[in-house]
Parts: sequence; C-alpha cells; structure tokens
Amino acid sequence: MKIAVTGLNATDNPGPGVPVIRCLKEAKDLNAEIIGLFYDSLDPGIYMENITSACYMIPYPSGGLNELYDRIRAIHEREKIDIIIPTLDSELYGFVKLEGKLNSLGIKTFLPTVEQLNIRAKDVLFRFCESNGIKAPKNILANSLQDLYSIPKEFNYPVVVKGIFYDAHIANNFEEVKNAFNKVRMKWGFPIIIQEFLRGDEFNVAALGNGTGEMTGAVAMRKLYITDKGKGWAGITIDDNRFLELSRIVIEKTKWRSGIELEFIKSAETGEYYLLEINPRFPAWTYLAPVAGQNLPYAMIRLTLGEDVKPFSGYKIGTIFVRSSWDLISDIKTFEKITTFGEIEWRK
Amino acid sequence: MRKYIVPDTIAISDSGFLFMPSTGETFNLNKIGKEIFQMLQKGGTEEEVFKYILDEYDIDKSSFEKDFSDFVAQLQKYTLIKEE
Repeated sequence: MKIAVTGLNATDNPGPGVPVIRCLKEAKDLNAEIIGLFYDSLDPGIYMENITSACYMIPYPSGGLNELYDRIRAIHEREKIDIIIPTLDSELYGFVKLEGKLNSLGIKTFLPTVEQLNIRAKDVLFRFCESNGIKAPKNILANSLQDLYSIPKEFNYPVVVKGIFYDAHIANNFEEVKNAFNKVRMKWGFPIIIQEFLRGDEFNVAALGNGTGEMTGAVAMRKLYITDKGKGWAGITIDDNRFLELSRIVIEKTKWRSGIELEFIKSAETGEYYLLEINPRFPAWTYLAPVAGQNLPYAMIRLTLGEDVKPFSGYKIGTIFVRSSWDLISDIKTFEKITTFGEIEWRK
Repeated sequence: MRKYIVPDTIAISDSGFLFMPSTGETFNLNKIGKEIFQMLQKGGTEEEVFKYILDEYDIDKSSFEKDFSDFVAQLQKYTLIKEE
C-alpha cells in the first residue's frame, strides 16, 4: 500500500506531516510505503532518512485546483497511491473539493466535509460553542480598520489578533492592535479575529472522529514549553476527563470525519475550560498519541479502508514529548533534484 | 488538630518528584518536604507531623511552625492538598 502525506514542513512552526508519517511507521500491522508531498523545496521532511520512499512537489491549492489535481494524477500514474492524508489547514478545502475526483482515480481520503470545516472555522467558532454549551473566548470579526473601533466596548486589553488560518498576536493597546491587524491582513487577508485574551494554562487534545459522531480516540496534553510563536515545544499527557468530554461533544455535534486538534485554555481566574480553536487535522505533536497508546493516524487509515475500528480506551498518563532542532545534511545533487525536478526518490 | 486531604491521583516518587496527572504539573520536594507530604498523604494530622519533625530534626517549635505554615500554603496554592 502507498500512502501520500503532505505537510513536510517540520520547521519552528511545524506541519503535522512528519509526525503523522512516524505514527504510520510505528504501526506494526501496516505495510505501507510513504510518499511525501511538499510545497517548498526546503521542507525538512523531504531530507529526513527513513521517513518517505519518495517525495514530490505539488502546487498550492490556492494556485488552482486543476493544477493540483493534474500534478497528483501524474504522481499517481507513477506511484499508484492508495490513500492521501492532507495535513495542513490551508490545503484542506482544496483537497475536500477534489475528494470525488481523487476517489475516481482510486485514491482514498478520510476528510471532513466543507460544512464541517466551516463550522469550526475561526470566525464562527464562538457561535458553535455557544450553541453547544462550550465556553469560548468572546471575539469580533474585523473586516476593516473601522471595525477595530468597537474593541474597547467589548473587551479589556490585552486582546489577541488572529488570522483566519494562522498567526496570532497579543496586543496591549489600540496602537498594537492596528499594527497586528495590518500584519495579519497582509499575510492572511480578511476577516481578522479580535479575541478576548484569557490567562491560564494551555491544553490540547488530538482526536479522531469516524464520521458518525463517534470519537474513535483522543489524547489530552498540557503544553510544558511554548515558543514565541505560541507552539508547544514540549508537552505531557494528562488525565482530565473534562477535556475529553468537550472533545467528544465537538466530534458528536459536527459528526467529525478525520483527525482533529482542539486547543483549550483553563482560565487561571475561574478555573473554567475555554475552547480556543479547532484545527481540522492532526496536530504536529501527534506522535505523542501512539507512544501513549493511541495510534490515531493508523486508526484513521483503517477507517479509510472501511474497517470497523473500536474506540480506544485510555492512554498512558505522563508521556512526554520534547521537540528538538536537528540539522539535516544533504548535498547539492539532492537539492538540484528537488528544486529542478520537484521530486526525489529515496528507494535503494 | 488540622488534617489535610491529598487527591488520590497525586503520585510521589522516592526522590520527592511529585506528578499531578490532571494538569501535567510536576514538583520537586526535598527530603523533609517529601516526608511531610507522605505523612499527610497517609492521613497524618498536623500534630503528628509536628511530633515527628521535632523528634527527628534539630529545630525549635516556633521555627518549624513558620516553615510548616509556608509549606502548607504552597501545597494549597498548587491544589496538592486541601484542608479537611
């Protein structure tokens, strides 16, 4: 079997591709070759040993779905891909729209629907949470500088200024809000989300929904070290059922079909649990899950193949990940292949 | 005679490393801190802790009262114990 995985950007803002691949390689019952799909010739996952059998550059979905489809079809003619796992938020809409055409080629996927993606989008999350009894920080959507003038009435400073897909800045006054607004607007466009800032510890859940409303598995983690980009650089699995219950509600209400990451904050002031974000794919720390006892990506492969997957029960508490920075050494010939031909084969 | 409750889930190792599974928080207690915590965990009263420490270590009662009060306040702050 051949499984293609995107998101090989294992950088300081890491994509989930490499950890998802590590999970699949951990599955003893899975005999699969991994094909890496990348957008940038310097994505570190391309250069890692024993991660992929071959890697191929693909065009960004924003550049046109036809181009993306044509490229995948060309790769498929060579590789005969059985399953594709897109792992990046920004590419998901594109892959969801291509799902039917990919299925026609014989490539299976396990993706949420456009409706499901829309429910959890950062600009409508508050409404979703409110109607399902889940606490979420208040927010306003800004589509122009003019909208920023409503902030002081709604919240106290600091506030969080967030892009629709990525990026978040903490702003302590109106001037900082304007600066952050412009930065995010240039990068990610509108709307910009202005969110109430909550103090507290951050907790994340990696989970898998089977598409019927059932949660196949979930692992909760507390961030032990957070980078200046807000990324968890170390974390520990924890035993707090409240996070799992809230994740179960989200998966049940959305009938989520795929991997998912839920980001929570436990308010230092009130001790209440707030849902900050729902990310529509496995997180970059997914590899913690199989080590703790739940191989969620492998379970997703089994669901993709139509197998009956029993929900996981429990996981090992106190399992820790510490992310590292590690230089990969390559040579100019390899780099030439990757940049000039957009592909590299590692098979011996 | 004050008593304290230690949540069942809290685990403490021989080295005094303390892990709170519900939050993932970890703490390090020194030898005496560990002994006191383990006594509280086993349901020991404040009086029993005082008796043990004053018998075992070279410290006067008023100094230990202050140290114990600070220690208990720290444990309560991190929700590692609560007063019964």
